[in-house]
Amino acid sequence: MLRLRFLLPLAGFLALAGIFLVALNQPEGKREALPSPLINKAAPDFRLTQLHDPNQQIGPADLRGKVWLLNVWASWCVSCRQEHPVLMELSRAGAVPIYGLNYKDKREDGVNWLAQFGNPYVTSAFDNDGRVGIDFGVYGVPETFVIDRQGVIRYKHIGPVTVKAVQDKILPMVKELEKS
Amino acid sequence: MKGVSKNLLKPRWPRWKCAQNAHVLRVHSAFSHISALPSRLDQIFRSALKRFFLIVMLALASLAVTANEAQPMFDDPALEKRVMALSAELRCLVCQNQSLADSHAELAADLRREVRDLMKEGKSDAEVVDYLVARYGDFVRYRPPVKSTTALLWFGPLILAVIGAVVLFVSLVRRRKRIADAALTDEQRKRAAALLNGGVNEEAGETKA
Repeated sequence: MLRLRFLLPLAGFLALAGIFLVALNQPEGKREALPSPLINKAAPDFRLTQLHDPNQQIGPADLRGKVWLLNVWASWCVSCRQEHPVLMELSRAGAVPIYGLNYKDKREDGVNWLAQFGNPYVTSAFDNDGRVGIDFGVYGVPETFVIDRQGVIRYKHIGPVTVKAVQDKILPMVKELEKS
Repeated sequence: MKGVSKNLLKPRWPRWKCAQNAHVLRVHSAFSHISALPSRLDQIFRSALKRFFLIVMLALASLAVTANEAQPMFDDPALEKRVMALSAELRCLVCQNQSLADSHAELAADLRREVRDLMKEGKSDAEVVDYLVARYGDFVRYRPPVKSTTALLWFGPLILAVIGAVVLFVSLVRRRKRIADAALTDEQRKRAAALLNGGVNEEAGETKA
């Protein structure tokens, strides 16, 4: 009995070490990811000009009735290049329309970036001063939102979209949402 | 060969000395046109000029450093003070261990701008915090609200202190009981008396008992 009591601190230490081990082995990105308070809330409304055409506007109101992805990107964002092939593949497959939010970028740079690497977006909204980004709780680029027919944010992916994230999370969620 | 060894044997200035001299030379050369002055006066004048030059350069340098960041701050000092005070209570989402006030991240600057604009609109501090919490969650606050999810954070230390106090109390009570229970038997009393009286032959006492 007495012996066991002396082992108690060791048990406490091992428990803590276990917690740390699990936490440290979380996949990259998930570790820093903050839960968004916007999940299951209506996507913030905005009206922005389109990246390719300053005379045309775009906003969530135009997309009512369909499930869509909002991908926050910028030409200066390194991780955006990392996820770019995945988005291209997703857009080619035509499973879900992807709309871009060109975040704190120069119009010219954004247009050139898409011309150089390919354009996976139906269109991109041009958020020059990052105000819409703030409304969406964006704290880094890239971030991707899944938005349902009613304009409600259902899922947020923080960091570059991976093939795994598309297969395991985003596409199943889109299919589920399209049924309803 | 001979030249090389000679070179190695030559006394050399320590490196910093060389650097210092080079500096003096460089500055002096800028005033070569006044070298006709009498030597003592010349020296004083030169050093004064040098100092003045240095001060001007430093002043200019400090202006250059602050020029970018300080500009929007002085429109309304009272408002700016409020912005900074509240920003110190809010977390920068990019560098998560820095406050919005401290951080140089671009998002932090944007969020400070947002805070400033909201305050200009006449929003209270609480409303500004609500605005940010609605977008970024409770994580933006350095003082988390008391909620079911933060209960452990708020009351955890108190619970630990209570547990510690209970453990301490119980172990103290037990120890007191143990001491009280440890009454001596008659045999032990006799041995103790023997030891106290004839304390010299301790070991002998043992065998006698």
